[in-house]
Amino acid sequence: MRVKLPDGVKDQVAHIKGGIHPDYNKNTHNSEPVTMPSPKTVRLPVSMHIGTACEPIVKVRDKVGLGQVIADSTSRISSPIHATVSGTVKSIREGDVTSSGSKVQIIEIESDGEMRPYEGLKVSEIRSKEDFIKAVRDSGVVGLGGAGFPTSAKLDTPPGITIDTLVVNGAECEPYITVDDYAMNNDIEPFFIGLTNTMKWLNIDRAIIGIEDNKVEAMENLLSYIKKDPALDINKNIDVVSFKAQYPQGAEKIIIYQTTGRKVPVGKLPHDVGVLVLNVNTLLEIGIFISTGMPLLTRLITVDGSAVRTPMNVLVPIGTSIAEVLDFVGLRENPSLVIMGGPMMGVAVSSLDKTIIKQNNALLALTQKDYSLADESECIRCAHCIDHCPMHLQPTSIMKALKKDEMDKVMDLQVMACIECGCCDYVCPAKIPLVHYMRSAKTKVRELGGHK
Amino acid sequence: MASDKDIMYPENFIITSSPYLRQAKNTRMIMLDVLIALLPCVVASTIIYGTRSLLIILVAVAFAVLSEGLSRRVMKRPQTIGDLSAVVTGLILALNLPIDIPLWQVALGSVFAIVVCKQIFGGLGQNIFNPAMVTRIAMMSAFSASFMTASRPVQWILDRFPDVIAESTATSSATASATMDAMSNPTPLQHFKDGGELFANVNNIFVNVFLGAHDTLAIGETCIAAILIGGIYLLLRGVIKFYIPVSYIGTVAVLSLIYGGFDLSFVGFQMVVGGLLFAAFFMATDYATSPLTNTGKVVYGIGLGLITCFIRFWGSLPEGVSYSIIIMNILTPHIDRWTRHKAFGQREKESMDRAAAKEAKHV
Ligand code: SF4
Ligand code: SF4
Repeated sequence: MRVKLPDGVKDQVAHIKGGIHPDYNKNTHNSEPVTMPSPKTVRLPVSMHIGTACEPIVKVRDKVGLGQVIADSTSRISSPIHATVSGTVKSIREGDVTSSGSKVQIIEIESDGEMRPYEGLKVSEIRSKEDFIKAVRDSGVVGLGGAGFPTSAKLDTPPGITIDTLVVNGAECEPYITVDDYAMNNDIEPFFIGLTNTMKWLNIDRAIIGIEDNKVEAMENLLSYIKKDPALDINKNIDVVSFKAQYPQGAEKIIIYQTTGRKVPVGKLPHDVGVLVLNVNTLLEIGIFISTGMPLLTRLITVDGSAVRTPMNVLVPIGTSIAEVLDFVGLRENPSLVIMGGPMMGVAVSSLDKTIIKQNNALLALTQKDYSLADESECIRCAHCIDHCPMHLQPTSIMKALKKDEMDKVMDLQVMACIECGCCDYVCPAKIPLVHYMRSAKTKVRELGGHK
Repeated sequence: MASDKDIMYPENFIITSSPYLRQAKNTRMIMLDVLIALLPCVVASTIIYGTRSLLIILVAVAFAVLSEGLSRRVMKRPQTIGDLSAVVTGLILALNLPIDIPLWQVALGSVFAIVVCKQIFGGLGQNIFNPAMVTRIAMMSAFSASFMTASRPVQWILDRFPDVIAESTATSSATASATMDAMSNPTPLQHFKDGGELFANVNNIFVNVFLGAHDTLAIGETCIAAILIGGIYLLLRGVIKFYIPVSYIGTVAVLSLIYGGFDLSFVGFQMVVGGLLFAAFFMATDYATSPLTNTGKVVYGIGLGLITCFIRFWGSLPEGVSYSIIIMNILTPHIDRWTRHKAFGQREKESMDRAAAKEAKHV
């Protein structure tokens, strides 16, 4: 069924093949967020992003203010870590952030309960592209859709690259999660401040907000704001483009293709086709930093899953332990699987002791009936995985070549183009953990130094 | 939050990598759909040929499941009878056999289909040839006498619809059944090759569609309506795609039209004889032995059509369908290689690389 779109919303310009339609379970749609009281202690890993980990610049027993930088790095691909409560540094210890097993330093801060802002915080003066990129870096913002790539590094494109289109990712195609939807309905002003500033300072002529057709209210809100803002003109520099609600519409290459018709070549980045993609909440946080000087300290996260008593969106200070968040929301039964992020691309946590990090947008406490794990049987060659792969790969062929250790064939089959979206796994009737095989194949290709 | 105290957090959770969602559909449900799709053919064959049909089916299925279970046990592999694929193989084989075949031959055929054609290759999805098809061909040469005579409908059908068997055979059917003289009651394709009439009565649509106005060898291929209902069910359920049946049947239709000098009744005859429709929907679409990609499936279907017609028009065998499937099964891995997908953005990357290479040359 085609949804009736509000006037002014454009339809997608291209359609991908593949994709899936899992149950969306957007139970928290339009629910009023609940603010979690600030926890007694927060634990902040020095790496909550892809790239170089930061070095702590505070010592144990130091007093820190809310928003103070406590770890930083000189690397371009990195993002500073801020204190998300005011108080005293209690410990700096090694630990693992999620379940990846790689250890980083974790700074523990004991809250004084005052939430006293750091006196060094101020609104940055921005006069140039460089100032803007620096401000984005200072804001601590990373790809908040879940990727966690430092946004400042993304904005700082290499010389010779011209970006003519900013694609705003409002697809939010993972089941359960509704925080981008919420932002587009409620935090519209700071979001647009982020958007217009990004366009202005990076000299980008046109922005496209890509949004799934199940979010009609958000479209209407965006349109009515655009009408009011003199800097924006629906006929000139901004579009709201709707596409079919389907997973994984929010994958970068897919949203670019469906909103602009441009295909990012295998192994290339969006900026190679003149596009910059930023998530709704990423722009929102940039907007907040520009107007208030307050860096990224809290995240609105969707807490859901059938172990949770009432699904809700909760505003959580970064660094809060998962156990505390679940305690706050209240459980009705014991979860057997807890995921940070959505069920398609999220990461299972090994213990509730882990903390909420910047790129978390959901915390799912699931019981048996919510999930279904792989249970590999023989591939029956049904080709469902091929039909549903949005990257047009042949997961079954890649898996078989990998099992026979035919790495040339694996490379020929373009495994490096796999975005690990999980569609192949989702549809496989033989319940083969195809994504797991794709990941191993990619790791192996990288080890061989091949990026064919 | 007193009640929360009741909730114990386990020390460790399940940690596997994403995704954590999978649709319910599994191999067994797909096989179940195939079985459901074959049900109309089972019912039709029982009505047309009597309860012996059911007996053949029962024996074929029972021995297929038995040999699947035993061979998995002997090979010390995980048990797979639960996936129902052996039931499907047994049933399809049964529907490919003539009504008068001795039951011990049916049993032997089932064992052969499962053990030799499927399990030796490693089981479901690994076999190169369609087990039922190879078995039918093997049985035809091993037990050739059983395959000489077309299946004969039950008496009340013969009485009511004398059209169901071709004229030349109808006249001799009384003696044929008495003497079991194989050559006097040939299969329609053989009959046609010998220069006989095509249909007994082309104009009786009901007979054509439900009872087959021609002699058929196999019990499952007679009722066109049953085959089509099953085929459409599989298409609607997404178990099969239209590429193979349409390109296969389409190719046979076009070639027959040309070869037959635009005689539509000749085309119609080619459509319904020799188990073409049954094979196009239920055997050519076999996952394990047909190509993976849609382009590959079209190539495969056209290949099947070409070979079927080639054998039918110029060959000496009436068995065009069986042999075409076996030949195309051999080609499947090659078709898979020729019709490999290009990844999203691969063409763009290649043209970018070419441009870069050109540039480099100029410098
Ligand atoms: S979906 Fe699973 S069973 Fe089907 S071809 Fe792909 S890997 Fe094989
Ligand atoms: S995980 Fe990779 S192979 Fe599987 S569907 Fe997604 S892109 Fe294709």
